[in-house]
Amino acid sequence: MTTDKQLTEDDVVSQLSDGMTVAIGGWGSRRKPMSLVRAIVRSDLKDLTIVSYGGADVGLLCAAGKVKRVIYAFVSLDSIPLDPHFRVARQQGVIEDEPYDEGLFLLSLQAAAWRIPFLPTRVGLGSDLLRLNPKLRTITSPFDDGEELVAAPAMTIDATLCHLSRADQRGNATFLNADLYFDDLMLRAAPANRFISVEKVVPTEALLEEAGTPLRLRVNRSMVDGVVARPGAAHFTECPPDYARDEPFQKEYAASARTPEGWAAFKSEWLDISEDDYQRKVAAR
Amino acid sequence: MSGSDDITRADVCVVEIAECFRGDGEIVANPIGTIPMIGGRLARASFEPDLLVTDGEAALIANDEAFVWPNGKVMEYYNPYRSMFDVVWSGKRHVIMGASQMDVYGNQNLASIGDDYFKPKAQLLGFRGAPGNTVNHATSYWVPNHSPKVFVEKVDVITGVGWDSAAKAGPAATKYFYLKRVVTNLCTFDWETPDRRMRLRTVHPGVTVDDVVAATGFELIVPDVVPESRLPTPEEMELVREVIDPKALRLLEVPS
Repeated sequence: MTTDKQLTEDDVVSQLSDGMTVAIGGWGSRRKPMSLVRAIVRSDLKDLTIVSYGGADVGLLCAAGKVKRVIYAFVSLDSIPLDPHFRVARQQGVIEDEPYDEGLFLLSLQAAAWRIPFLPTRVGLGSDLLRLNPKLRTITSPFDDGEELVAAPAMTIDATLCHLSRADQRGNATFLNADLYFDDLMLRAAPANRFISVEKVVPTEALLEEAGTPLRLRVNRSMVDGVVARPGAAHFTECPPDYARDEPFQKEYAASARTPEGWAAFKSEWLDISEDDYQRKVAAR
Repeated sequence: MSGSDDITRADVCVVEIAECFRGDGEIVANPIGTIPMIGGRLARASFEPDLLVTDGEAALIANDEAFVWPNGKVMEYYNPYRSMFDVVWSGKRHVIMGASQMDVYGNQNLASIGDDYFKPKAQLLGFRGAPGNTVNHATSYWVPNHSPKVFVEKVDVITGVGWDSAAKAGPAATKYFYLKRVVTNLCTFDWETPDRRMRLRTVHPGVTVDDVVAATGFELIVPDVVPESRLPTPEEMELVREVIDPKALRLLEVPS
């Protein structure tokens, strides 16, 4: 008898609480767990700290007023270099900003995943990161070189949300696009509340064939507490080979940042509805 | 083939970018932006054949074409983001980044504009990978819109580290630090000066020293004689036009 970890987006959201620090996998507008993000938008959750190689996940949650603080190195939609909803939130000064370098971010996730307080690096030396992010400190090498380096602090993460391509019902999972990004580190960095959405749940016996190579079997069930089966979950971000980015939809999303009325209309049409209805409407476009 | 009269400013910029990589050997040339991607490939297809280049996604590829690969990609290495940081931190890389602001010592700002970082007048890209790039390997810059708004006395946020900031941060910051050049739509700068202030290296054909000084918001080092940036050779023009950038995307970045 094996554990079936399948649940719904709303089940996942019911296990989150106000003020949590939530890591979100993917990169920019690529393989983002958007159905889980939309479920957060529909919920009463608030004051979240978001840790992300940011894209539409961060922009959408900022626009919906769910975000207290963002820990990030960029918030990009790839074909649009800066998420305009994030731009609005920053320029209004309504979110706390914790800046990172892309690589420093990796080290802070890795330190958390390895359960050590920090990892040393040159990254950040000489830049304004040390001035603007008070969590960053320097450390002197204990060896003869005596170099003064940056200590990338382990991130404290309460929950992680990622979108993978295939999984079994126990949470073994694979990506099918070109890059895992840092999803495995984010899943290891959280001690609990690690949730993945996937395009399709398959029997464990079929996982290797779906992956095409053992090199893609990079998420195992000890890293996952819950699995949401949802074809199209990453829409409108890309999830190749299952689907490309929906560029016209992304443009509409971006344009809705221009005015409060534009955002209200976008929200009412695409976010104040169930995920089932969202997927039906997208299919009918 | 065509003569030198139909060589555009964009073509000159491509060659100046390619020249940034001269002497680099077997490292990853990682130019970000349209003209930088063309220039990096031109360097490899001509005088710097050992360079490695990315496809803009998760691979290093051997193809000369910059943007589309009608006959498929020839992969040399699987290079997802995690591997890219291995490349960056092992130093086998020369990046060409953009800059929304830059000062005389080469401090770069990509993050935001305004005095209050926490409520900026304009949010830009963020820190991206600029802090790590600049202290780990060679860095050059590409500025397609040379103006006093870009080249400023003081940047609002230091994302990419300049010569003075690296020196202040100490030996761990300067150990692998090397800012090489800035190529703009008007000229090329370097920091080959005793105090590492920015120097006008060459002006592109059709641009005067006064044009550059007027478009730069800080005091440059201007040598008594400023040479012109070199023109592409006929062989280089053929590579750019026929193979690397047949759709002339370079003209969209620097119009003639």
